[in-house]
Amino acid sequence: MEYIKPFKRILLVGCNECVTVCAAGGRKEVGLLASGLHMAVLKSGATIEIREHTLERQCDPEYVEELVPMIDGVEAVMSMACGCGVQEIARRFKNKPVFPALNTKFMGASERQGVWSERCQGCGDCLLGMTGGICPIARCAKQLMNGPCGGSTGGHCEIGEDTDCAWALIWERLKALGQIERYVEITPAKDWRPGGGSGPRKIIREDLAE
Amino acid sequence: MENFEPVIVAFCCHYCAYTAADMAGSQRLTYPANVKIIRVPCSGKVDALHIVKAFEKGADGVYVAGCLEGDCHFKNGNVRAARRVESVRKYLEEIGLEGERLEMVTMSAGMGYRFAQVATEMTEKIRKMGPSPIHLALAGGASEARKAANI
Repeated sequence: MEYIKPFKRILLVGCNECVTVCAAGGRKEVGLLASGLHMAVLKSGATIEIREHTLERQCDPEYVEELVPMIDGVEAVMSMACGCGVQEIARRFKNKPVFPALNTKFMGASERQGVWSERCQGCGDCLLGMTGGICPIARCAKQLMNGPCGGSTGGHCEIGEDTDCAWALIWERLKALGQIERYVEITPAKDWRPGGGSGPRKIIREDLAE
Repeated sequence: MENFEPVIVAFCCHYCAYTAADMAGSQRLTYPANVKIIRVPCSGKVDALHIVKAFEKGADGVYVAGCLEGDCHFKNGNVRAARRVESVRKYLEEIGLEGERLEMVTMSAGMGYRFAQVATEMTEKIRKMGPSPIHLALAGGASEARKAANI
């Protein structure tokens, strides 16, 4: 609300990818937020025009280009994509203020309808082959590499009853797979350089890049 | 706004409330003309967006009328509708509208009397609450707002 206060005409942009499937920033959420913002502004005694548009993907310049015919008619843009989308719009349209409408929290999977939980932290050096397909980086509060800490009780993490102990899950899974020797192996300290420790990361596929 | 006549939108399930409205008519029961009925195939079909848009266009009250618990033609559409209504109520509060302007009610197809009663009660409740701030803003000569809202 504070962001858009100074403006009379804004463009609210959704994204058809990840934020659509997790019901955070797809076409429907764009409609709901546009309606809600419009009402809140009306109630405050002001007026605003909110245009709605949802792109196929906000993180690819080809799709962001679609906004060109719309952008001149608005004073500011609000994006319902993850931070990648917000930044892509900001990069493409240098003279338009762009605001985020979401807080992107994590890379997760849906446990069941309407429930999402964190599964991957993009550490750049995947351990899942060693840990029975359960990630101790994303799912252990302490990111331990060699078994649980003393706070693990009855399969739960000490931070809360509704958080599974990743290492308890790993142990059960390795047992079921007959791979307990993997548990006994000592994993050395993790190299965090590919996990962001050496600054912003970039991937260049020589065969694709022009 | 003197002589305030509320605009109320009722999303009525085809299998119960809509038929109950018909029943109320056959029984010659009167209910306030403020209630605008929208027939839906199931109360579970009513999306948050439908409700919010109704308020955005100036409705003073909205209710979703579905089948009695356990009687949904599509198994649990009415239960889903109730949960959705609950979440939209919170959203309305966040926007600055009273959540009480939105209700979920249940009835069977035979309850013509209940339909008329719900329509009357809802109209009275909203009449007491007064016009929604959005209705006021739209009516208050805010022609720009109207243009923006595409009304």
